[in-house]
Order: sequence, then structure tokens, then C-alpha cells
Amino acid sequence: MKLRTNSTLSPDSGLRGDFPLLAANPGLHYLDSAATSQKPKVVLDALRDFYETANANPHRGAYALSVRATECYHQARVRIAQFLGVRDSDCLIFTRGTTEGLNLVAGSWGYANVSSGDEIVVTALDHHANFVPWQVLAMRKGAKFRVCELTPDGKIDLDFLGGLLNQRTKVVAFNHVSNAIGTINPVEEIVRLVREKTDAILVCDGAQSAPHFPVAFDSLGVDFYAFSGHKMLGPMGIGGLVGKREMLEEMPPYQTGGDMIEFVHDDRTTWNVLPHKFEAGTPNAANAVGLAAAVEYLNEIGMDRVIAHERSLMSVAQQRLGAIDGLHIYGPPPAERSGVVSFTMSDVHPHDLATILDGEGVCIRAGHHCAQPLMRRLDVPATARASFYVYNDESDIDALVAGIIKAREIFAYVET
Amino acid sequence: MSAELSALYQELILDHYRRPRNKGTLENADASVEMKNPLCGDEIELQVAFDGDGVRDLKFSGRGCSISQASASMMTQLVKGKRREEIDAIRNQFRDLMLGVTSAANDGRLGSLRALSGVALFPARVKCALLAWNALESALADRP
Repeated sequence: MKLRTNSTLSPDSGLRGDFPLLAANPGLHYLDSAATSQKPKVVLDALRDFYETANANPHRGAYALSVRATECYHQARVRIAQFLGVRDSDCLIFTRGTTEGLNLVAGSWGYANVSSGDEIVVTALDHHANFVPWQVLAMRKGAKFRVCELTPDGKIDLDFLGGLLNQRTKVVAFNHVSNAIGTINPVEEIVRLVREKTDAILVCDGAQSAPHFPVAFDSLGVDFYAFSGHKMLGPMGIGGLVGKREMLEEMPPYQTGGDMIEFVHDDRTTWNVLPHKFEAGTPNAANAVGLAAAVEYLNEIGMDRVIAHERSLMSVAQQRLGAIDGLHIYGPPPAERSGVVSFTMSDVHPHDLATILDGEGVCIRAGHHCAQPLMRRLDVPATARASFYVYNDESDIDALVAGIIKAREIFAYVET
Repeated sequence: MSAELSALYQELILDHYRRPRNKGTLENADASVEMKNPLCGDEIELQVAFDGDGVRDLKFSGRGCSISQASASMMTQLVKGKRREEIDAIRNQFRDLMLGVTSAANDGRLGSLRALSGVALFPARVKCALLAWNALESALADRP
């Protein structure tokens, strides 16, 4: 099946033509893919196709249509698991997204296994979704909540992390890629360090890695990996949690209700097998099918080419933004970042910048990026963030730079 | 610049942003309120000295975008020395202005705040303009 229309991927030509919203708005420069990505036509078609040809409640009916819905949902799981390097697709639990996946681990494994006096480690680079669930768990259980500091250029300080780890450490949670400043974290080193010193579980927030470069869960070394479909060209409201089978099997259910049970008696209930044990209620089958179409589209491009494309755009952006007087870029050098440029301007607040850029058709994020602990350490209330994906090209960077210069002119201080 | 942007970033607003009035700390303040805009990180600390039913003096500190800072600066100028009743009336009119009630723009009591009328065209920025006013409301409500 030919998924892409007619586009080639190069710095001066993204895959814009495959994305109806972008194709319909030639003046729009969408640079907020770290928040959510645009959707290619193949994904929208897959959603429509499911509802028009296969819509029924999966796992319920004895009739052919329900069987077809069940099969679509199952196939979606298999394809997405393959994409993420998960051989045992029953270990991929569909969730609403990364946030729910992380809450599932904290709420199920965490509540069952963390007790008073234990320690939970997160990092100052984490998104609130991989920070707050652990903080709340620690407070409820009387466990110690410890935050790993960063190096000056915004990477996890591995020496500091080593110092935090001990036999009481039960959980180490970190993100694969920082949503706020783009740092790609060295998973292998973190895993080695944690395994050497503790028996803790490793929980990886993959919201910003799964969309942008090849990820193989089975060789990543972590115990849990959560991701969001909407950041990887899929629909909103679908994502997943991948975990190791032996852990998922031991964990208590996260939510209870239909589909996740085996037998319900008046005095007790037994649970369904994986993955159903963690999927209470009617599943989001249509969006799972949509996400499967998204990963197929990404596969056809090739994830190596996705990251290469973002890297080349990033180096252009780094160079052109870096040349603007008074503009400061946060995070490690571009080679150690995914397609994210987070910056501030000396005279223009990020919020004002975003409003002025919006007037030029340029969409960027301004704010704390759901990473207030990081912003506090960078000593800024907010940054402006431009993030790239397969549909971006250098014309988006041209528009970004032109908009920033315009903002500077508006805010230029004129002595009177 | 588009008409909307020109309306938003009027020279008077930029002037208050660059040279905020009544910025700093107030000696002998009767009330001090800290308020943050969790979405964008704007923050303000407002210190108020009361005089009977009214506001004798007030100063603000903090950091944020041009709209939040200019609005705070203009507010402090406008309410200083005014009675509670007048302040409430101005605040209600200003809220209306931010909600796009155009008749509010003709209310002379709003003074320089009328320069912020363009904010109503940018719903995402209304909360920036109201931050200082929410702080003032809280300070007045906490009054002993």
C-alpha cells in the first residue's frame, strides 16, 4: 500500500501535502508538534473507514461485525507493538496517552509495592505527568520523593543520580526526551546505573521519543515505557503503556469494570488476562486503528529519516536563531536534542512573542511546558518553544525568524 | 503589523511595560498578595496600604508578559487614593472591557486602562490583563 502521496522528505520540502490541515492553510507554520502533531490523511481515512465498515463493540458481540471490530483492534495492537519493538504485543496496554500510562504504573505497581521509608526518584527534567503521580504516591505512602538535579546544559546529572540511589529506591522515573528543551537522555547508562545500585523499577516517559526516532522496548532495558498517539501523527485520546509481562501479570488492576474481568461473583472477582486486565470498559478501538495507520505511515518514511530530517532542521534553526541578538537557547547542543528549540529573548516575553508570531501564522508554544521544576532551575518563568516534525521545512524556520525579528521591532526600546 | 496586533501593543502599553509605575516594595503595607498565572508563569506580588475605606498606596513586583505588567502598572496608578466603591466600579468595567463589551471603552473612569481594550481580541491573553486586578480584589477581600 502506498501511503504517502507524492512528497519527498528534505529540509526544503517536508511532507506537508499529506496533511489536510496544513495543505488547506498554506500560510500556516506549525511548530508545536511537541504539544501535538498534525494528522496525515491516511490516519483520518483509517478512522472513517473503521466507523464506516467495522464499528461495533470489540470483545462483546457474537455477530460478525463485532468480530471484525475485535480483529481491527487486535491488529492495531500488533502493529503498534511491532513499531515499538515489543515482541509480546499483549504487553502493550492501550491508554488515553502517556499521562494515563504513567498513572497506571504509579497507581497499580506503586500502590502495591511502595511503602513507608522507600524512596522514589524522578528528575528535574520530567514533565508533570511523570513527576506528580510519583510525588502523590510518595506522600500517600510516606515514601521519600527525590528529584535528580541536572547539569548546567540541561541533561540528567548522572553523578547526582548515582548519589540518590540506594537499596530503598523502589522507582526511578525519567523521560526519554525532554518535552521542554529536547534533551535526549542516555537510557542505557541510566539503566546500568540503576540496576547496579538498586532493585528499583525503571519507568520511562516516551511521549517525545516514540514519535521521533526508532525505539525498541525489548532492548531498552526499562520496565515500563509510556507513549501518546497524538504526538506521533495519531488521533488524540489513544496511547499506550508497554511493560514487562511478569510485572504486568503481578500488578493489580488499575481500573475495574467491563472487559477486564474473568468471573464476577458476589464476594470476589477474578481478572482477565493481559492486556485486557488493564483495559476496563469499551476500548478506544477506532483511535487504536488510527494510530496503527500513523505508525505504518511513519514506517514507510522510516524513523531514521524522521530524526535525520528533524536534525537538519534543528541545525538550521539553531544557527539562525543563535544569530539573533539577545536570543538565548536552552538545553544541550543540537546533536544531543530531538527536534525542539526552547528559547527566550531578552526584551520580549515568550507570551508576547507567541502572540506576535501567531499574527504571522507561526504556531509555537510559550509557557512552562508542564515542567515547572525545570523552569525553576533554568530561572525563567517560561520559554518559547519551536518543535519540528516531518511536515516542517526551512520555510517554517524563515517565518519563525522573521516573526521574532518583528517582535523585537515592536518591543524595541526607544529612548525619548 | 496587523490591525489586531497594533490594537494589542499600543505604545502606551509598551511604555508601561518598559517603565512600570509603582513597581517595588511598599513599606508598611497592610496587605500583601501573591498571584500567579499557572498557565504562562506570570507572577505578581501586590502590596497595599489602606486608608479607611480606600487604598492609600500600592506597589507591585513580579515578572510576566507585557500585558500583565502594563495592566498592573496602570492599575496601581489608577486606584491609588480611590475609595473602595470607585475601585470596584472600575474593576467591573475593566472586566467588561476584557470580555469585549465595547461600551466599557467609553467609560472615562478607566483612564489609561482603555489602551488595553485590544486584549479582548486575544482571548488567550485576557487572564494576563486581569492578574493584577485579581490580586487587588484578593487584597481588598482580606482587609481586616
